[in-house]
Amino acid sequence: MLWVALKMLIEERGKYFGMIAGVFFAALIITQQLSIFVGIISRTISFLEDTSLPDIWVVDQKAQYIEDIKPLKDTSLLQVKGIDGVDWAVPMYKGNIKARLSSGTFQTCNLVGLDDVTLIGGPGRMAQGKLSDLRRADGIIVDENAARNKLAKRTPSAAGDGTPIPLQIGDTVELNDNRAVVVGIARTTRAFQSQPMIYTTYSRATTFAPRERKLLSFILVKAQPGVSPAELAKRITERTGLKALGKEEFKWMTVQYYLKNTGIPINFGIAVVLGLIIGTAIAGQTFYSFTADNLRYFGTLKAMGASNGTLLKMVMAQASLVGVMGYGLGVGMASLTSVISKNSELAFRFPWQLLAISAGAVIFICIISALFSIRKVLTLEPAIVFKG
Amino acid sequence: MAAVVCKGLIKSYFNGGIETRALRGIDLEVPLGELTMLVGPSGCGKTTLISIIAGILRYDVGECAVLGRDLRTMDDRATTKFRGSNIGFVFQAYNLIPTLTARENVAVPLLILGADRKVALEKADTMLSSVGLEKERNRKPRDLSGGQQQRVAIARSLIHEPKLIVCDEPTSALDHQTGERVMEILRERAVRPDRSLIIVTHDSRIFSFADKIATMDDGAVISVSENRKL
Repeated sequence: MLWVALKMLIEERGKYFGMIAGVFFAALIITQQLSIFVGIISRTISFLEDTSLPDIWVVDQKAQYIEDIKPLKDTSLLQVKGIDGVDWAVPMYKGNIKARLSSGTFQTCNLVGLDDVTLIGGPGRMAQGKLSDLRRADGIIVDENAARNKLAKRTPSAAGDGTPIPLQIGDTVELNDNRAVVVGIARTTRAFQSQPMIYTTYSRATTFAPRERKLLSFILVKAQPGVSPAELAKRITERTGLKALGKEEFKWMTVQYYLKNTGIPINFGIAVVLGLIIGTAIAGQTFYSFTADNLRYFGTLKAMGASNGTLLKMVMAQASLVGVMGYGLGVGMASLTSVISKNSELAFRFPWQLLAISAGAVIFICIISALFSIRKVLTLEPAIVFKG
Repeated sequence: MAAVVCKGLIKSYFNGGIETRALRGIDLEVPLGELTMLVGPSGCGKTTLISIIAGILRYDVGECAVLGRDLRTMDDRATTKFRGSNIGFVFQAYNLIPTLTARENVAVPLLILGADRKVALEKADTMLSSVGLEKERNRKPRDLSGGQQQRVAIARSLIHEPKLIVCDEPTSALDHQTGERVMEILRERAVRPDRSLIIVTHDSRIFSFADKIATMDDGAVISVSENRKL
């Protein structure tokens, strides 16, 4: 009888496609909005993800998230180095700096200063050059996207908006009135602020950066083999009064800050809920209308001996087919967007968990849609078949 | 043996607390191997009676044994199963599923009984041939004339070889000639020694096909006549 149910549905093209469209749009909107949401939130921790070596990040006690930088005293580094269980501890500078472009315009950039000796915390993937090239005079490494766009040179034009010419190794950039030479191009994950990332050594960064009394942003720590990073972090906090966070802890703290203190969740939440409501309304209304139109035939089947269980299975099979088709198309379209938007400004991250969430949403839509129809079919009096 | 025995059958409907008595003590016996027509003016209770006999409506008082089974002793599940195995339906508006072809529509009762689809469709082809529609088997109801649709409905009512076939105004939507053809088919194919046919009709042009005519009025059977006596 499932075959009969599916034929009843598929052959009624208008309503069939209408229902699929409802589920499709819902699955697309839910998946896409959640992907962008996850993408944006991921960008808030991209710097932490790109900095893979340290087990522990030491920050000011009051720091709330990765960008909430309250510089530490230089002596804190020595204090941390002296704690049992620390394999190594290196300084890192992170702050904003203005770059003057060849066109004369300014671009605010993220400047990261790495330990002069080890260069720990540097970008993991290089498109051109080597990390060690930072030891060359005035050397900086810029991220690939910035080199192509925001920091790119421009062909001469009256308005100053000529064609971008990507920065190359050997090009110079003016950072806070200091000359800097590009010695490498790095592949970094896009950050939340979408500002260019510039890497240099710690000592050079403190020269480039605007003068402040304290410049040490983070202390990056590696635990000795066999030492638990969580235990070590606790020890560092006890001894220094600073906040010592494991990488995952720091990520989660940052994510929580953005979730609690920005309008991102509510904005995306509204879009997702609207997708769910609109999808349910379109699919539910069309499915109900389909069932209502076919009530005479369901009544006929009931009169001819089809049990309520059979009719229930038929309605569920119809709802499931619509759900599978709509979900497949919606998620397919979202995947396509993911592929197209790769390497673009659009923050789009599509982990498998989103597939499960949108599948759950589609199942919800199908169940709600089917419920009204099922109720109508199950309470149907077969005697209606004798009413002309 | 009688296919249907009704004694003192009473059925009321309630609408807004007001009782409307549709059947007021029906006594009726429908023998096996005969075509019985239920006739009478609109609102006399014919459809209510046929619905009760077909097991799709419960009665309030009295007795109604269909093929030896007392319908009131069966729960909904058993009644549904009983209908599926023992009763064939022919409706005034045909009630063919519009998205299925003729053969698929005919196969439906067997599919309800759990038959294999291939077997059901093969048997449907045989049934369609027996009502002269072998060439139309892959057509959908909208591509068939009213008479052809009713013949498909007849094939559907016969495919699972029920013991009782109930027909509600099978010719009222058809012209005289087509109606006669449909009745000829019903008479030839449906009536057998081990099967009964009950037809509710207003159409006096088809009375001649009946073995017995039960005339109803105001919720009661007022007369039962052998056809030759009419």
